[in-house]
Amino acid sequence: MTNVTEKTIAVAESVAPRAEARTGRLNALLDSEQWLGRLMIAPAILYIVLLIGFPFLLALYYSLSDITLGSRTMSFVGLKKFKGVIQTPLFQQSLKNTLIFTFISQAVVLVLAKVLALALLKNFKGKWLVRLLILLPWVAPISLGTIGWLWMLDSIYSIINWTFKAVGIFGPTTWPIWLGVPHLAMGSVIAVHVWRQLPLATVILLGGLSSIPHDLHDAAAVDGAGFWRHLFQITIPLVLPIMIVAVLFGMVFTFTDMIVIFVLTRGGPYDTTQVLASLSFFTGIMGGDLAEGAAISLFLFPVLVAAAFVFLRIARRAEVT
Amino acid sequence: MSAVLRRLKRLGARGSHLGIVTVFTVFAAFPFYWMLLTTFKRTSDLMNIKNNPFLFNEPPTLENLHVLFFDTMYGRWLWNTFFVGVLVVGITLLLAVPAAYSLARLTGRGGEQLGIGIFLTYLVPPTILFIPLARVVSNLGLKDSLWSLILVYPSFTVPFCTWLLMGFFKAIPKDLEEAAMIDGYSRFGAFVKVVIPLSIAGILTVVAFSFTLVMQEFVYGMTFISFASQYTVSVGVPTFLVRGDVYFWGSLMAACFIASVPIAILYNFFVDRFIAGFTVGAIKG
Repeated sequence: MTNVTEKTIAVAESVAPRAEARTGRLNALLDSEQWLGRLMIAPAILYIVLLIGFPFLLALYYSLSDITLGSRTMSFVGLKKFKGVIQTPLFQQSLKNTLIFTFISQAVVLVLAKVLALALLKNFKGKWLVRLLILLPWVAPISLGTIGWLWMLDSIYSIINWTFKAVGIFGPTTWPIWLGVPHLAMGSVIAVHVWRQLPLATVILLGGLSSIPHDLHDAAAVDGAGFWRHLFQITIPLVLPIMIVAVLFGMVFTFTDMIVIFVLTRGGPYDTTQVLASLSFFTGIMGGDLAEGAAISLFLFPVLVAAAFVFLRIARRAEVT
Repeated sequence: MSAVLRRLKRLGARGSHLGIVTVFTVFAAFPFYWMLLTTFKRTSDLMNIKNNPFLFNEPPTLENLHVLFFDTMYGRWLWNTFFVGVLVVGITLLLAVPAAYSLARLTGRGGEQLGIGIFLTYLVPPTILFIPLARVVSNLGLKDSLWSLILVYPSFTVPFCTWLLMGFFKAIPKDLEEAAMIDGYSRFGAFVKVVIPLSIAGILTVVAFSFTLVMQEFVYGMTFISFASQYTVSVGVPTFLVRGDVYFWGSLMAACFIASVPIAILYNFFVDRFIAGFTVGAIKG
């Protein structure tokens, strides 16, 4: 530290007086914590306003206009696009699909993540390897992992069908076309999405579970609490805030996601797996109708507001206690 | 008798634990194993439905890899991804590191609120923003250019990274900076010379996180880019290689495996810190 002081003095002595005045003012500005604080956060805020805030307002505006990808002019048409789009069967179908896709996949993820996190809480040989393998689906690029499933669910060469048949679960004539039949396609899309989201939920829950103090479990064991009592009266209440966070993120990412569906089915067969996000893409970008695409995608927004609201409440409560 | 029973019960519990772990591990990792196996199989082997697909019924081959790297633009896409990734990581650090420090130390009570506000913008998904941004990008003349991605991608890295780094900076004792300031450093000097070196772990987490997100991104890439030579890996493989009725599964699976597994192994080292960032609000209580 003395070394630092010497250096500073040496630097100060070597600077010409006039330059000193100028750097002096700059230093004063840099020393004023308030100004320095503003200066340091300004670029990030500016970027967020320009690339998230502004496009978001633009999306609102587009949805009230008749803009297309190539058009030079646009006129204000009010809620016409919204009214028009709500009435189409395709939109209603997509909304329904989005809800089914989100709720079923999140319910499954929550249950499975809970089981897996409890299993991973114990120490065992090779745990690091298991953890690495379980995290793979979440860390690998989604679109590429999904192509792996596309191959595994192939109509002719599906390894899943082959294995089930070889083991005897499927009879000699059973050969489901996973992505070609409406209900199976929805099931497949949900399964792949669960596959991809399970790691994140598990790791979040694991973090919560390992923060529960050991004496609580010991005390309960002394009192003769069994596994289920343990689970419902100690573990679940204590990790509830973290479970809510996990579900919240899962909901938001699922409700607004289109990648798994785009790669596996493109919304087919017969739009039975079309969701709002993919419909918005096909309408707005592929079809060029920016206004209608924007209107469709804005139906995603209320869910985000709800999620943000819950998140804020949790954050505030955590701060108070 | 009861000792035997207890032992049996314990054995059963261990067995079911092993069973659960095995089932989940297979579920998670099997697709990647399958990619790897498919990579080295001959097409004639893959397409013969009489073969046992778990075995090499014909000798393994490197043909699929050769096709992937010499007959497709895969190498180019890897390079594009790397290029975009490095620049986006740089921009993210330039924006998020000072902002996080400002929120942690300099803006006082209002900083907390602002921090949560910034974090919440992370929840605004690409699927709402991609339509207006498509128009903005084409007005800026960046359509079909990698620069459109470099411009837009920080919009999903900056909010989360700012939040993550804010937590890191808060954990550093204030005394260290104050000592440096007594020694003649300005506040900013103390930040650069004292705080940043102490936060290398946090900064590396942000680098890993941002780079992974860039590799994963799909919606913007597909919206802004339509020249095959400008794709990133996660867009190029599903849109350009999966086309028409003939799939070259061997090359396709090689493409997926190569871009997935190495980065996943690297990322594994950072995952705990990343999760701490996610749950910071909930764990504090």
